[in-house]
Amino acid sequence: MAGVQVANVSRSFGAHKALDNVSIDFADGGFYALLGPSGSGKTTLLRQIAGFDFPDAGRIAIGGESVERVPVEKRRIGMVFQNYALFPNMSVADNVAFGLSVRGEPKVTIAAEVQRALDLVQLGKLGGRKPHQLSGGQRQRVALARAIVTKPRVLLLDEPLGALDKALRVDMQIELKRIQREIGITTIFVTHDQEEALTMSDRIGILRDGRLVQEGPPEEIYDRPQSEFAATFLGDANIFRGDATGSGIKLPDGTTIAASTGAAVPAGAKASCAVRPERIRISPGAAKPDPANANTLTGQVSKRIFAGNNSTYFVDRDGQTLKVIVQNTGAERLAEGQPVVLSWSPDSTVLIAA
Amino acid sequence: MATTRILEWLGRFYIVLLLGFLYLPIIIMAAMSFNASPFYQLPFEWTTDWYASLSQNDQLIAATWNSIEIAIITTLISTVLGSMASLALYRYDFRGKKVLQALLFPPIAIPWLITGTAMLIFFFGVGIGRGLIAILLGHVALALPYVIVVVSARLQTFAPELEEAARSLGANQWQVTMRVTLPWITPGVIAGGLFAFAVSFDQFVVSYFLSTPGQTTLPVEIYAAIRKGFTPEINAVSTIIIVVSMALMLLTARFFKFGGEK
Repeated sequence: MAGVQVANVSRSFGAHKALDNVSIDFADGGFYALLGPSGSGKTTLLRQIAGFDFPDAGRIAIGGESVERVPVEKRRIGMVFQNYALFPNMSVADNVAFGLSVRGEPKVTIAAEVQRALDLVQLGKLGGRKPHQLSGGQRQRVALARAIVTKPRVLLLDEPLGALDKALRVDMQIELKRIQREIGITTIFVTHDQEEALTMSDRIGILRDGRLVQEGPPEEIYDRPQSEFAATFLGDANIFRGDATGSGIKLPDGTTIAASTGAAVPAGAKASCAVRPERIRISPGAAKPDPANANTLTGQVSKRIFAGNNSTYFVDRDGQTLKVIVQNTGAERLAEGQPVVLSWSPDSTVLIAA
Repeated sequence: MATTRILEWLGRFYIVLLLGFLYLPIIIMAAMSFNASPFYQLPFEWTTDWYASLSQNDQLIAATWNSIEIAIITTLISTVLGSMASLALYRYDFRGKKVLQALLFPPIAIPWLITGTAMLIFFFGVGIGRGLIAILLGHVALALPYVIVVVSARLQTFAPELEEAARSLGANQWQVTMRVTLPWITPGVIAGGLFAFAVSFDQFVVSYFLSTPGQTTLPVEIYAAIRKGFTPEINAVSTIIIVVSMALMLLTARFFKFGGEK
């Protein structure tokens, strides 16, 4: 078991900079998500850590040992691939045994270790099956068992749940987390699914165009995004753009929005504010503003989407459409076309430097 | 309803016609190898005399063994070399790879007559001359492109993540090849080997150019025998070869389920 350090890693493919001076520290035993849209470099970064590809510049260390020129087969890592990559000609048990067998471990040891790994992923009885006789979720578990049976220093997962349907994906998220806790292995997990990143990981690194945009615990990134991209890529956000006032921003129409979290932006500079849709209170146009929610705007409901436990209101305000999510508490629902007052606290408003 | 039935009957008729076209000449030849008359005269009179006299025809038997030996050695060499070449073309990117791949196809299209002449001139030039070694070298050269094409086609269906998965588990290049890649391409390698065997065993033109009177292969020997005067021994030896090669083909198809892979 070991931590992973990535320091100033760059990698180009022709003129395309897939990774641009990325530094990130993965502490021992942590569960990390690398999150980003396709083409953001997250898979390239994972492949550098795995050793399938070498960086043009920078340093990668596993457990304090420099590995940036060590090929994958010597790095002692475990990897789970998006399409599982199970060996079709081998049984489940032989798939899991592969890593121990190429190392020349004695047969008795291999059999015992394989059984333990299969038990851990709750497939103890399916060792004799061939991969094509398994369901997607089972293949996923075999791939995981195969990756951890060799006791790797770090576990790398490349969109491992992408091929599963929604219900199964949630089960596997819980399962994966349980197994990771049980063996305490440093885990780095590539995904483009923000919900997956939020629910599973201790820390998230958001990548965009080959650069690390923000890194930290999920709560911190969600509550205090440092860029419009981070705010809108991880979760939903309403963005207001204007000029910084020192305590918030002033919109072009003169409205001020107070913000008490986020970056310190000197007055007069361009800045934006991000507000999560669930932090905004929506009330009928006649209602009195709530003093605790100092930020107030008026608008008109343009659309309501009912989703059972909550409703999403789209509110038109001066050409901008704002999104508000309201829990279904049994309170009166607002009709489309109705004038409304939106209010929220400066504590829920994050100031972002432009 | 009526049209479907008519179409169905037309389909069956077509199949029968096709099979007849393919197999009738062979069946007649096989039948004639058991007919007493050397001039294809009917009525049919059962005899195994031609097989008895075939067993006395040392020249034909020697040529048959030559053919079998050369075909087997050609198959082994070209399958191993061809599969290795396909793997290299699959795995590595290098300068001139596209040119090399493009150059693999023309030999299949160049008439054997021309290839044969070229080989004869070349082998004389470098001092190999004619004979069984020259024939063997020629056959390997002819068979290689077939093996590479067939094995490469199979490799196109291989998921490269499988090699990556094996490497991530600590397997070196040799272990990856032997335990992951080779098992996947085996049907392609077998099919390529069959092609190589067929190219060599059927080969007349190139063998004819490269053989010497004492050292020759079966097709060349049959041709020479027919020119001297046809004997039903040729029917007999052909029948034996057809039976053996069909049995081989059926066995391979049975074990490797071409096209029916899951």
